[in-house]
Amino acid sequence: MTETPFVPSFDDDASAGRKLAVICSKGNLDMVYPGLILANAALGEGVETHLFFTFWGFDIITKDTMDKLKFTFVGNTAMHLPGHSDRGIHHMLGAIPGATAAATKMMRKQIADLDVPEVPEFLDILHGSGAYMWACRMSADMNKLTEADLYDGIDGIISASDFIEKTDGAQLLFV
Amino acid sequence: MPMTTIAGHEVEVNEEGFLTKPEQWSEDLGAELAKLIGIDMTDEHWNLVRFLRKDYDVQHETATLRRVSTQTGKPVKDLFVLFPAKPAKKMAYVAGLPKPKGCV
Repeated sequence: MTETPFVPSFDDDASAGRKLAVICSKGNLDMVYPGLILANAALGEGVETHLFFTFWGFDIITKDTMDKLKFTFVGNTAMHLPGHSDRGIHHMLGAIPGATAAATKMMRKQIADLDVPEVPEFLDILHGSGAYMWACRMSADMNKLTEADLYDGIDGIISASDFIEKTDGAQLLFV
Repeated sequence: MPMTTIAGHEVEVNEEGFLTKPEQWSEDLGAELAKLIGIDMTDEHWNLVRFLRKDYDVQHETATLRRVSTQTGKPVKDLFVLFPAKPAKKMAYVAGLPKPKGCV
């Protein structure tokens, strides 16, 4: 029993100095979520968070593709049925027509069952939580895309050096 | 589990200071918990805290930020204004519930 009340230390000031930079470079559904989830977790802890969408990761923020990301298990030797870690599936079966569609559908369902949102809504949450979202200049040029083609919450199309400058002192994740 | 006294309410808390027995909570205590973490409760705050309590009764799990937002219709952005920096944890604390376990 303590005299003064025992209160959790939410340490607002401590986390105020912390910064996280997440570089999203992949557009496969299974490689998109790790970056978004970690960024969201950091924001929820009061950490200033910057995301940089580059190369295939550009598909995450491109309006035409953001809700159509797919999962393929070709080349993924860890593939197994959900809940059956001992029953591997040969990755080349993923090359059969329809396998990607089926695997994508299954993964989307698993994600939805956990009450985790689809990509466009996820971006809304990150945006609402105060994330800085940057699109890669080179990827925009390669894809011939402008800001009008991108998710509305994007803070700008910037160069790699701009991103490095903005994330001075940040912890960095490359996905 | 340690005990602590908050404005005359003797409650059990975990090692971080979150209440461990939701049934020891009352709205009076909630207002005191909020004060301790620098939050001035308004109707908007109470709506969210009451939702968390109600939802916990049904789900037996503290709602994540996304769930609070989708179920109450309150944009995530507003949650960060009402419970600054760490809204999910702070809301749970004021509501006398455990921290949310979900990732999103």
